Amino acid sequence: MSDYTQYGTGAPLVDEKAPAGPVADRWDTRRFEAKLVNPANRRKHTVIVVGTGLAGGSAGATLAEQGYHVVQFCFQDSPRRAHSVAAQGGINAAKNYRNDGDSVHRLFYDTVKGGDFRARESNVHRLAQISVEIIDQCVAQGVPFAREYGGLLDNRSFGGVQVSRTFYARGQTGQQLLLGAYQALTRQIAAGNVELHARTEMLDLIVVDGRARGIVARDLVTGEIDTYFADAVVLASGGYGNVFHLSTNAMNSNATAVWRAHRRGAYFANPCFTQIHPTCIPRTGDHQSKLTLMSESLRNDGRIWVPKAKRDERPAGEIPEDERDYYLERIYPAFGNLVPRDIASRAAKNVCDEGRGVGPGGQGVYLDFADAIARLGKAKVEEKYGNLFDMYAQITAENPYETPMRIYPAVHYTMGGLWVDYDLQTTVPGLFAIGEANFSDHGANRLGASALMQGLADGYFVLPSTINDYLARNPHTDDVDATHPDVAAAVAETEDRINLLLSIDGDRTPDSFHREIGELMWEFCGMSRTEEGLRKALGRLPRIREEFWRRIKVPGTGEQFNQSLEKANRIVDYLELAELMCLDALHRAESCGGHFREESQTPEGEAARRDEEFSYVAAWEFPGTGGAPVLHKEDLVFEYVHPTQRSYA
Amino acid sequence: MTRTLWDSTVGKKVIMAVSGLVMLLYLVVHMIGNLKIFFGAGEFNHYAHWLRTMGEPFLHHEWALWLVRIGLVAAVVLHGVSAYHLSRRDIRARPSGYVHRKPRAAYATRTMRWGGIILALFIVWHILDLTTGTVHPGGFQSGRPYQNVIDTFSTWYGNTVYIVAVLALGLHVQHGFWSAAQTLGVGNATRDRILKTTANALALVLTAGFVAVPVAVMTGVVS
Amino acid sequence: MKLTLRVWRQPHAEAPGAMATYEVDGISPNMSFLEMLDTLNEELVLDGDEPVAFDHDCREGICGACSLVINGDAHGPEPTTTCQLHMRSFQDGQTIDVEPWRAAAFPVVKDLVVDRSAFDRIIQSGGYISAPTGTAPDAHATPVPKPDADFAFEHAECIGCGACVAACPNGSAMLFTSAKVNHLNVLPQGAPERETRVLDMVAAMDEEGFGGCTLAGECATACPKGIPLPSIAAMNKEWLRATRKVRR
Repeated sequence: MSDYTQYGTGAPLVDEKAPAGPVADRWDTRRFEAKLVNPANRRKHTVIVVGTGLAGGSAGATLAEQGYHVVQFCFQDSPRRAHSVAAQGGINAAKNYRNDGDSVHRLFYDTVKGGDFRARESNVHRLAQISVEIIDQCVAQGVPFAREYGGLLDNRSFGGVQVSRTFYARGQTGQQLLLGAYQALTRQIAAGNVELHARTEMLDLIVVDGRARGIVARDLVTGEIDTYFADAVVLASGGYGNVFHLSTNAMNSNATAVWRAHRRGAYFANPCFTQIHPTCIPRTGDHQSKLTLMSESLRNDGRIWVPKAKRDERPAGEIPEDERDYYLERIYPAFGNLVPRDIASRAAKNVCDEGRGVGPGGQGVYLDFADAIARLGKAKVEEKYGNLFDMYAQITAENPYETPMRIYPAVHYTMGGLWVDYDLQTTVPGLFAIGEANFSDHGANRLGASALMQGLADGYFVLPSTINDYLARNPHTDDVDATHPDVAAAVAETEDRINLLLSIDGDRTPDSFHREIGELMWEFCGMSRTEEGLRKALGRLPRIREEFWRRIKVPGTGEQFNQSLEKANRIVDYLELAELMCLDALHRAESCGGHFREESQTPEGEAARRDEEFSYVAAWEFPGTGGAPVLHKEDLVFEYVHPTQRSYA
Repeated sequence: MTRTLWDSTVGKKVIMAVSGLVMLLYLVVHMIGNLKIFFGAGEFNHYAHWLRTMGEPFLHHEWALWLVRIGLVAAVVLHGVSAYHLSRRDIRARPSGYVHRKPRAAYATRTMRWGGIILALFIVWHILDLTTGTVHPGGFQSGRPYQNVIDTFSTWYGNTVYIVAVLALGLHVQHGFWSAAQTLGVGNATRDRILKTTANALALVLTAGFVAVPVAVMTGVVS
Repeated sequence: MKLTLRVWRQPHAEAPGAMATYEVDGISPNMSFLEMLDTLNEELVLDGDEPVAFDHDCREGICGACSLVINGDAHGPEPTTTCQLHMRSFQDGQTIDVEPWRAAAFPVVKDLVVDRSAFDRIIQSGGYISAPTGTAPDAHATPVPKPDADFAFEHAECIGCGACVAACPNGSAMLFTSAKVNHLNVLPQGAPERETRVLDMVAAMDEEGFGGCTLAGECATACPKGIPLPSIAAMNKEWLRATRKVRR
């Protein structure tokens, strides 16, 4: 077995699909150059879509509207439960309805800069262009966005940008957009154009003659493992934040689909780019199963502080003003509590590491509204944040009007994902990745209210246009079925893995391993990373993996509804993905966006990018089990937005 | 449209609501008529006689009364058959209950089905007692309703059956009226109070108005 | 906290089920109800028993997956989802009964997991606005009066958990169906399909074997998102209107 950290470097990767020319014209150019499939022939093509969130739901509905036969999968009992449903804040669009100077170009600029110059200009510009169409589409579907008394749509500013371009539906924008996509999808299910398999989880990708031709999936109710064939496969299976065990992701969100695709040849890009959100409700103990996000809008009026003394056990109310450290206001006088997400998160970690954290386990900082209540009055605060305060009170049984909230950062979103070209196609022909599952648009840090925008842009507008080109160039054939040796091998591998998990009968539960990997990743590949820590993690992960395959205990059988088996099978993939994340974090010896390497900081302690060495996308090729991965670099070129160092002091 | 009504749970509820309201209207009139008993035998018997001569000379003798009776029978049948269909469906929709049982919903709501059955049986007895006289205690005399009423309410079982039925009616109307308003789409958040108050008032007035007669006979106010 | 749990165990849809009794100890009042069940399941797995199956996903009260009847109440004693219910709502030493949603239209899959696909089929019958991608006019082309937009939103908040059906003595899906009908029918975008939507969705609801509404009001009490009972009356009004307008 070779040393994992001795990765090889392969040929540079080039996005051949992005047209040249002015950035504003590239999407039109590509759409014109892409081949089309004759409407009468579309019915013959089957497209598999894995996942029914914003990206998958909108893609499935739109492809079916275009006449393709869509076979769609979700592991939940209904497509409406995909985790996009939990997004709170809003969705950005360059509508400029406020006439406040917004434009497609400004959204493009903000997103490239917010991503700390690690995203592609072509993709981001397309995203900004499409953003305006998304809002039109959603309104036509009946998404009940917030409106003003005149009946027109309301906007708010979000994530520290200087314009009001965020459309929202109270604190449930994700839910409303998802229901819009879900309803569009159900319309196509009713019309017979989409064949939906709920409670069915993709466990492997079928690649025949170098092309993605289907998937292996398990019916979670009967346990039956089946094969599904198609002319193209679209992964819309979301991010991999659950590698960290505790995150704001849903409990069952997982990395299996993307990781299995990676093992079958799809390159994995920038796996170390994870976003850690500063305002989440802290954990209360070892029983904690997940973390809950609180909208970052709270930082507009709340003041963040910790006691000046270490291990100060007094209740917040008994700590006098001069013994409090409003550390963000102290360190960043210009931006104060409104510094970007990554900076606020890291600062909270630092004060807790010093032993000044509050609440159980010292893993929390205060977010105090006493000043806001004194200044604005309780009624005004309630009007602005009432639903968030209620949510906090429900979970913690503390009244945030009287005692300060306690918050702590939590893993929230993964900017990394499968490498895709401008057409959203991975390095496996016929395999596409959309939404959070791909890496494409957010660079090293995602701006608030941009995840929903990207998911829907990919699903409604980008993929349905670009997939035509692939399908037109690869006419439908019926040459693959379950008897094909490559298919039989994929099925056998899946069955073997499941049988092995069931047969070990060890003495540790799947959850105990998940927690162990999560804690390791949080410590060494979380908010701030060092070469030493990452090497330590890379040393320990293979040992955990070895222990896993020796001591895992999965009760029951494979031929039944078996939630332990589902969990254990997902952890198998986390164990491998975690290793790649650490390796990627180790190799990227610069700090950028959500990736903070302690070795690379400015004299003020801020993230220092090293553009000369690292202005590229790191796309990793799977080397085969036990081998060292191969790095392919895609150089990033900035013609319109010129890289600058961020400063918030 | 008839098919849509009959085939749908919502449609059957509409049929129940409309037939229920028809019966409710009749009951209000019936109760007012009953109260005439407090003005003596002459006026009460005269009123009873008028019911048969209503609409004359345009209508033949008792035609108007028969029209009302036909309408009422139709309402009772539609109400009952719909209730039977819906109840069967509801029971099928919840084949197994919870191990942990909790008292559910308001009393009036929970007693709609049994209350309805009690009322249906009562109607049969009530007609056999005071319309046809088949089961009337003592000698039933057609054309002398005042005496017939006093005969009925001079027996313990006559009073018991009647009062139990009227109380069941009160509960049935209390939920039924409000429920009918919801079914017919009249209810909304702002009107809810008015509808609930009206339902309570109707239930109370009908119960009091109907119970007044046997109580008056028992206490000797009417004799 | 130490608790006695009586949990419905049923190996699969066709097998008979029964309540099984478990003791759990060391429960923190800060745990969510599902974390308490996680604790039980960890013990069961280590003992070589099958863990209790239950649906859950987001654990922040929005996906609608969690679905337990706790001591006879859908989602338990607080007006929220099971995942947002915390153990501080219970007393040390208490016995807690945990059962699946009960309705003919929601057959048990395993233990506390039920099949709610009937809800998806109701939506498929008309719970959408036909607006194929790319056909939309500018979002500001049709202003929507704020009261209508708010009305639509309040009904669109439904998470499709099925607590309304579980709580209803008749296993009726009227509150669920009315929430979607009202959300879409009040909007100008939903107007072209206004009549067919309500007629088809009510017919689909009946077809799935849900019971009728007797206005018991249990659904609205159990609803974790506060969909109000008058929502049903509003749908009835739409249905009657549609019945008059559409000849079939």
